Amino acid sequence: MNIIVCVKHIPDPNLPGVMDGFRLKREGVQGVLDPGDEFGVEAGLRLKEELGGEVTLVSMGPAQAQEALRRGLSMGADKAVLISDDSLRGADALVTARVLAAAIKRGAFDLVIAGVESTDGYTGTMPATLAELLGVPQLTFTTAIEVSDGRLRVRRQSADGYQVVECSFPCVMTVTAGVNEPRYASFKGIMAAKKKPFEQLSTSELEVEPDALKPGQEVVEVSLVEQRKAGEVLPDDGQGAVRIATFLKEAKVI
Amino acid sequence: MAGPNPHDFLDLSALLNDEERLLRDTVRRFATERISPGIGGWFERAEFPRALVPEIGALGLLGMHLQGYGCAGAGAVSYGLVCLELEAADSGFRSFVSVQGSLAMFPIRTYGSEEQKERWLPGMAAGEIVGCFGLTEPDFGSDPSRMRTSARREGSDWILNGAKSWITNGGIADVAVVWARTDDGVRGFLVPRGTSGFSTRDIHNKLSLRASVTSELIFDDCRLPAGAMLPGVSGLKGPLSCLSEARYGIIWGAMGAARACYECALEYSKTREQFDKPIAAFQMTQQKLVDMMIEIQKGTLLAIHLGRLKEAGRLSPQQVSFGKLNNVRHALSIAREARTILGANGITLEYPVIRHMNNLESVLTYEGTSEIHTLLLGQAITGHSAFQ
Ligand SMILES: Cc1cc2nc3c(=O)[nH]c(=O)nc-3n(C[C@H](O)[C@H](O)[C@H](O)COP(=O)(O)OP(=O)(O)OC[C@H]3O[C@@H](n4cnc5c(N)ncnc54)[C@H](O)[C@@H]3O)c2cc1C
Repeated sequence: MNIIVCVKHIPDPNLPGVMDGFRLKREGVQGVLDPGDEFGVEAGLRLKEELGGEVTLVSMGPAQAQEALRRGLSMGADKAVLISDDSLRGADALVTARVLAAAIKRGAFDLVIAGVESTDGYTGTMPATLAELLGVPQLTFTTAIEVSDGRLRVRRQSADGYQVVECSFPCVMTVTAGVNEPRYASFKGIMAAKKKPFEQLSTSELEVEPDALKPGQEVVEVSLVEQRKAGEVLPDDGQGAVRIATFLKEAKVI
Repeated sequence: MAGPNPHDFLDLSALLNDEERLLRDTVRRFATERISPGIGGWFERAEFPRALVPEIGALGLLGMHLQGYGCAGAGAVSYGLVCLELEAADSGFRSFVSVQGSLAMFPIRTYGSEEQKERWLPGMAAGEIVGCFGLTEPDFGSDPSRMRTSARREGSDWILNGAKSWITNGGIADVAVVWARTDDGVRGFLVPRGTSGFSTRDIHNKLSLRASVTSELIFDDCRLPAGAMLPGVSGLKGPLSCLSEARYGIIWGAMGAARACYECALEYSKTREQFDKPIAAFQMTQQKLVDMMIEIQKGTLLAIHLGRLKEAGRLSPQQVSFGKLNNVRHALSIAREARTILGANGITLEYPVIRHMNNLESVLTYEGTSEIHTLLLGQAITGHSAFQ
């Protein structure tokens, strides 16, 4: 099975973000493999261990993004492709999907795995767009994965439980944070990663129209999230439990 | 513009290569996720979570600096970074890895027969087999040359008699590397757990390194086959060469414990308010934090330098003494200073500081006390031995 895992290098979410105009500064800041993508890499590795095949990591980002790919390789992925091009600075989710689709289409694939959304941009639209551009079905918000009779069957997280959905290969699947427990890279894995195939491409090496690389989306304003306000204090007048239950219901927690 | 990073002021990360950084980050994460959440409780209950050993093995950290037989052949700086990150969680885990890799696997790898290497090393690298190292005796610590434990020939067998004390991992070890005197000088023996005449007894009333097993090994006419002896070395240089390996790791580890104390004190000082101000805003607190930060950066720089010397095959035992003496004593004083910044909270296991402080008391003593390392350095620069 040829498994592609889309991964993203993002500024370390544990550090305060630095802005570059209306964009998050990405170069010269401490970056990590998006924690959400580790679940995708792990899912890919487990399917490979079960069914055989190869796991290829694909990423679009600055040259520094190779750190994220290297981490995925040291977890056990077989090879990596990085599309890095100055012209992609400020690319929106649609441009990203076009670039990744063009890179993925260069070879045969059975399954493309991505996180539900990135931990920096949070648009959550890239994987669905990618599936459309690749012309394949998509299974989203996956919390459990199974392959039987040559079909992919997953549990799909919903607001009040889960659905079981399945489709044929090739397809796109997005994984949630609960889907598995990502492994640690081993020292041997880290050393082996150095020798694994690593390809860096510019957009001119992909079949994609220059016009398709112009972001249609423009960020016109960025503002800080409101400081968290002090919580509401409910003195217990005997109705405390009911009010807590109502509150949790409104928050859709129960 | 943001100034230097308070956690890596001199940008020492830049002295590491990509693989070293990735390894450091991986072990830091493992320590944060798998060790830190449980360590307060393990320390309080004086328990070493043996279940984590195969996980540490799977990461490839056991005997990682050795070549072959399931070991990865890592560079000295990589091994050092692992020691640092583990000890930032707790000295007990760094002790475990030091003993397993440098004190038990190293002599088997370096002085063992082919059969011994194949029998023990792959399982030890995987964390399925635990090893320990018995040199110290109840009556002989700094001066192991007087050891009483002896091995005498009977036919082709060896008969071992005597006792070892303060042996890390002793009670959980599947195999003990034991040093004993013979007619032919000090020799090393591999004693599997369960050999008749070999028993262990754990030392229970420790207030330091509580999340680490420390035991006595007792040999009472313990009969071993000829193949139990390490053929490749005789004399005290056998055990001393192992200690030099392990001490090297402590140079790094001590800075891990110190870093944990500094980071804890720094965070605490920024949030704890007295007299309407964060205590970090008081000059005396800043003095303490700055002194800690400077010594940690210097000690880490020293560790990296010694590691590069080791990788080039140019590190002398006296330079290892320099590193061990300097970094452990600074780590201990950093832990004590950090404790004062935390006030009363500093004495509880809610925070890592007093645990590190107590652990470092052992680290100051084992693998050559600070006095002994001072004398080794004194001898190196004056030419006079002041030991006897
Ligand atoms: C937690 C823990 C784990 C340990 N694990 C192991 C292990 O796995 N394997 C093992 O073999 N050992 C182990 N040890 C033992 C350790 O190596 C010894 O404790 C150490 O060598 C010191 O020996 P001692 O305790 O007998 O002290 P002593 O040698 O009795 O020293 C007592 C004091 O006298 C000083 N002193 C001694 N001689 C001189 C001198 N000539 N000049 C000046 N001062 C001197 C010392 O520096 C020290 O301050 C461990 C110890 C601890 C605490």
